[in-house]
Amino acid sequence: MAEHVLEMKNVTMQFGGVVAVNNLSLEVNKGEIVSLIGPNGAGKTTAFNVVTGVYAPTNGAVYFNGNHIVENYPRGKMKKLYAGTNRGDYTKHIEPTPDVITKLGIARTFQNIRLWKSQTVFTNVLIAKHMRRTSNIFTATFRLNRKEEKKQREETAELLKILGLYDVKDELCTSLPYGLQRRLEIARALATNPSLLLLDEPAAGMNPQETAELTDFIRKIRDDFHLTVFMIEHHMDLVMDISDRIYVLNFGALIAKGTPEEIQNNPEVISAYLGESNDVR
Amino acid sequence: MENKLTFIKEKKYQLVAWAFLAALFIAIAVLEAVVPPTSILFTVLKKGAIYALVAVSMNLLNGFTGLFSLGQAGFMLLGAYTYAIFTIPLSAREQVYQYFNGGAIHFTLPVFVALILAGLVAALFAYLIGLPVLHLKSDYLAIATLGFAEIIRAIFQWDKLGVITNGSNLLRKYPVFRSTLFYFTVSGICIALILLLINSTYGRAFKAIRDDEVAAEAMGINLARHKQLSFTISSFFAGISGALLAMFQTTIQASQFKSAMTYEILLIVVIGGIGSVTGSCIASFLFIACSEWWLRFLDNANLNITPIQILRPGFRKVVFSVVIMLIVLFYQKGIMGEHEFSVAGIIKKLKGCKKAFRDLKLKFKKEGLEE
Repeated sequence: MAEHVLEMKNVTMQFGGVVAVNNLSLEVNKGEIVSLIGPNGAGKTTAFNVVTGVYAPTNGAVYFNGNHIVENYPRGKMKKLYAGTNRGDYTKHIEPTPDVITKLGIARTFQNIRLWKSQTVFTNVLIAKHMRRTSNIFTATFRLNRKEEKKQREETAELLKILGLYDVKDELCTSLPYGLQRRLEIARALATNPSLLLLDEPAAGMNPQETAELTDFIRKIRDDFHLTVFMIEHHMDLVMDISDRIYVLNFGALIAKGTPEEIQNNPEVISAYLGESNDVR
Repeated sequence: MENKLTFIKEKKYQLVAWAFLAALFIAIAVLEAVVPPTSILFTVLKKGAIYALVAVSMNLLNGFTGLFSLGQAGFMLLGAYTYAIFTIPLSAREQVYQYFNGGAIHFTLPVFVALILAGLVAALFAYLIGLPVLHLKSDYLAIATLGFAEIIRAIFQWDKLGVITNGSNLLRKYPVFRSTLFYFTVSGICIALILLLINSTYGRAFKAIRDDEVAAEAMGINLARHKQLSFTISSFFAGISGALLAMFQTTIQASQFKSAMTYEILLIVVIGGIGSVTGSCIASFLFIACSEWWLRFLDNANLNITPIQILRPGFRKVVFSVVIMLIVLFYQKGIMGEHEFSVAGIIKKLKGCKKAFRDLKLKFKKEGLEE
């Protein structure tokens, strides 16, 4: 188990009567780039939200580097409503808030860009350093943490240089072109010193040129920062090019997993994406 | 090299800002020596300084952390009462608590200890109230805090607690400061502390929560803790300003801390610019000066300048409302918006003016040549 950076076990997420993610189990190994794909509404982002603590799963568990970080079982009104499987396998209730999970080393980006709009590029990244502070509110207010503040600023500047955002560091983040805003979101996630990076549709809205650049960029940060990358993506060129392994979700359930070649030739995946036709049968 | 230059420039601007502040304090000292102390000018300056502090504290919460709270009057009341109750001299207690046998508290605290205690009591209550209400969003939080302020006011007027709060009667005879400089100093120190906080790593985290809560939490900022911090600190300073208000008025009564007071403060924050500390300060003095001083002549029924007699007591409020509407119409983000009043900003503006002027001159010259 220890070689898995992330492991989701029998995760079911149910909203009222709707089962958004059904009995999802997957593993992400150290240093891999793994993609989660599926048609719209398949439950990909919900799966991300379970890992990052935005939602507590209705049933199931999540492990990070072998540590048990999330577990839940049907409780309260879900006791009656629960429509998934594996009822009774999980008995603990561990439900950390997203900031706790980020501190453990899982950072994420968002499907729709969520930068702090009134802040510059530099402060956007600098704020992400806040959680690694050692100062308390008094030492910070009375400027007794100069050393730490300086270190934070230097680290931020360095990170921006590596990611090619240093030239625009004093611009308001909303004034950046779309591609750079996406890149800034990744920079902000990297500022939290993660070991696992979750990217939610990093290429959404990008043209082919930008997508190609992004492919190289993701590989580069994986190598430079010794990351494991787990991402949701719709651009098949990008997914097939970059992924070591792919998981496919449809209607909340896992329908296929494997290498890009295996997925490309999997009839179930093809039918999920294109609909079934009589010819295939 | 470039870094060093900007650094020196910033130092220079800082010096100018300090000089500006020093000049302000000297000006007030001189005014106090020259102008008779009964002048309305000092009323405006004192009240302005007090309202500036509470407006900035509200701005910390509403403008910088994005928590829409309307409990400010309640926290001011806590501060004002804490200060008054613990500083009324023993000899005067029999007189003040005449309906409650001299009250239940038989000791006094030094003035500055009581002043800090005023803030701490407000902060303690804020902490306790924050536990259940701070996870509420926008309007709901506003309603919950407004409700709290009203409840506090009602409790302080309750005669069963009269041995401590003197029921709905006045609290008076506690030590007060008459000097305008005192109010400016205390309020200035508190605002400086809030400014330091806003520009620290915690202040940046507050702004992140304001801009996008979901992203802030995903980037490792503990929402509950940071909201609680901002709420408690804001209330601490509201408590201090309440104590200052008690000193300024020399008597205090719970019934005056109505929700209308919170709206006045909110108005100052909005007019000054949500998210601008200097905006709140400037708006506070303008607001107090307008409502207490500059528009006073409109209440004077003997001063007939129009054919129909529209000048009568209360007319100033009508004009005042119109002025506020005009400000909100033309400065939709407040006087300062989200910007701060700074030396560097003014110099930049002046340079811009100079350049525009030079361009204009060049244009005229060209046109002259062409002719």
